[in-house]
Amino acid sequence: MAEIRIEHLQKTFGDFTAVRDSTFTVRNGEFFCLLGPSGCGKTTTLRMIAGLELPTSGRILLGGDDVTFKRASQRDIAFVFQLFALYPHMNVRTNIGYPLRSQGMLRHDVQARVAEAARILRIEHLLDRSVSGLSSGDRQRVALGRAIVREPLAFLLDEPLGALDAEFRDVMCGELRALHDRLQATTVYVTHDQLEAMAMADTIALMNHGVVEQLGPPQDIYDRPASLFVADFIGSPPMSFLPFRGSVMAGDRSVRVHGVEIALPEVREGIEDTELVLGVRPEHVMLSDDAPLRAEVIDAEYLGTTQIVTLSTATGAGIKARIAADIHVFPGESTGLQFRPGQLSLFDKASGRALRTALHDGGAHG
Amino acid sequence: MEGVTKRFGATVAVADLTFTLGDGEFLVLLGPTGAGKTTTLRLVAGLERSDAGRVHLGGRDVTREPPAARDATFVFQQYSLYPHLTVYDNLAFPLRSPAHREPETRIRTRVTEIASLLHIDDKLASRATQLSGGQMQRVAIGRALVRHPSIYLMDEPLSSLDAKLRAEMRVELKRIQRELGATILYVTHDQTEAMTLATNIGVLDRGRLVQFGSPRAIYADPVNAYVATRLGSPGINLIPRALYPDVAAPPAAATIGVRTEHVRIRKSSNGHAVGRVKWIEHLGDQNHLHVTIADTDVVTLCDRDTGLAVGDTVDVELTAPLFFAADGERVRAS
Repeated sequence: MAEIRIEHLQKTFGDFTAVRDSTFTVRNGEFFCLLGPSGCGKTTTLRMIAGLELPTSGRILLGGDDVTFKRASQRDIAFVFQLFALYPHMNVRTNIGYPLRSQGMLRHDVQARVAEAARILRIEHLLDRSVSGLSSGDRQRVALGRAIVREPLAFLLDEPLGALDAEFRDVMCGELRALHDRLQATTVYVTHDQLEAMAMADTIALMNHGVVEQLGPPQDIYDRPASLFVADFIGSPPMSFLPFRGSVMAGDRSVRVHGVEIALPEVREGIEDTELVLGVRPEHVMLSDDAPLRAEVIDAEYLGTTQIVTLSTATGAGIKARIAADIHVFPGESTGLQFRPGQLSLFDKASGRALRTALHDGGAHG
Repeated sequence: MEGVTKRFGATVAVADLTFTLGDGEFLVLLGPTGAGKTTTLRLVAGLERSDAGRVHLGGRDVTREPPAARDATFVFQQYSLYPHLTVYDNLAFPLRSPAHREPETRIRTRVTEIASLLHIDDKLASRATQLSGGQMQRVAIGRALVRHPSIYLMDEPLSSLDAKLRAEMRVELKRIQRELGATILYVTHDQTEAMTLATNIGVLDRGRLVQFGSPRAIYADPVNAYVATRLGSPGINLIPRALYPDVAAPPAAATIGVRTEHVRIRKSSNGHAVGRVKWIEHLGDQNHLHVTIADTDVVTLCDRDTGLAVGDTVDVELTAPLFFAADGERVRAS
């Protein structure tokens, strides 16, 4: 197992820059997610780590070795694709053992490794089955088995759950994370699904337009989004935004949003008369009849344990609140909104950047 | 639907299905793959013929009628738009078909109306291929809405969208249904869609309708463990009754079902703790606390700062338990 270091990695296709000056480190044994919308450069980054694509500039180090211009086959890495490319005419056992046999490993050793991989993936009962009769989940397990048997320095997975339906994806998320915990293998996982990333990753690199917008543990990215893009991309439903015009000074503990004073974490930098955006996560919104910030209930989505209430403020901003399911709200009803002050974010609208506050300095927790 | 049964060879896809979908209601059939959801939809549309039972639409027996004679419109999982046509022409298409030909002025009015309802009025001149996934699916739904059928049949219309778009479209679809007063029969395996969209949910298990009722009724009062586990996130905890000998339960109870909001967990102070904290999972908006009681895992939602750590011994109190017999059927306290 090994650490992967990416230094100033850049990739251009003609006029188009797919990856722009990326630098990050995947620690030994870490589950690392490259997350972002389609076209953000996450797959290109993964393919460069694998050696399937050569960078325009920058360096890739695998376990301390510079592998930037090494062939894919010379890098000790296993790649799992979204579409499980299995050999249809071989059974499960032969499919899993294939990479080892093609390296010329002795039959006896191959059998031992295949048995071990099957045990880890809990597919021992399938070893003699034909792959064509398998469910999509079992096919993906076999594809993973083929990656595991090689005992590579790192695993690279490109949306491996993308072809599965939503219900089964949840199950496989749990399995993949449990598998990672057993193998402790350095893993780079590409996905556009923030829920997968939140559920599995130790570290997320959230990419947008070829740039890593934020790098950190899931909870950190969720609580302290560095930009409007991140705040909107992470979370289901995402963060709600209240745009307003105003000024703030370092030391302020509240802002005036359309005439209403709203408390927030202490501001650490000033900004003069500009377009700002206050960001609040749905679980930090409370409905309170006498709160001065007024809103109208548009819809309530009952989820059993909780409900998501969609509201519209007097200025037209859409706010989502996640509240207990036993509170009755009705479309058309007027209510007041209160926010948990310690958990609010403040953004500069033009740049999208989060302003530094007690929360966004990584200091106080709400 | 009255006692409708459909077999494919030896497989019974739908067994003795009976339910009524009222005018202006939104009925969601919920079940995993193979539960018979899509077959039911196809039986209503007339794409399949039932082996037994009757299908009535708007008071009329349509059991033996071909699809075209039934006043129903289908929306599929994959948005099949005509790539060479504009959004306008895609929306107008059903109104221009030989069977339902309408004058162009009427078509224009109707298409504009639906486009504004779906918030795609600024896209009417765009080619279908220039749209995002969410816009394409809105056009596909719009194409069903331009007609005024007595029922809309929807087969997992949101499942090909990503999570974010799916959440947005859920709210949209509910709003549109309410504004049009449309009657919708919708099938999905996604419990969130079922809970948020439905007037009534029908839970299907291997071709049988096991429970029918409002989302709140089904969530609070499931008829068996299967239904209980299909709704709620995180799912209901099923605990062997033997682990809680002190809980007053009916004699037949083998399993206790308890939802996350009905589990109270406290750090043990008196020495007879029942569980141990195994893992605290931070998912951003939710934090899942995993507690092991004997060999059983209990998952509950917790606040971010519970003061609990992995390995802590805890008391686990069940505030509103449900009881299930060994076969999974609900047993009620007498």
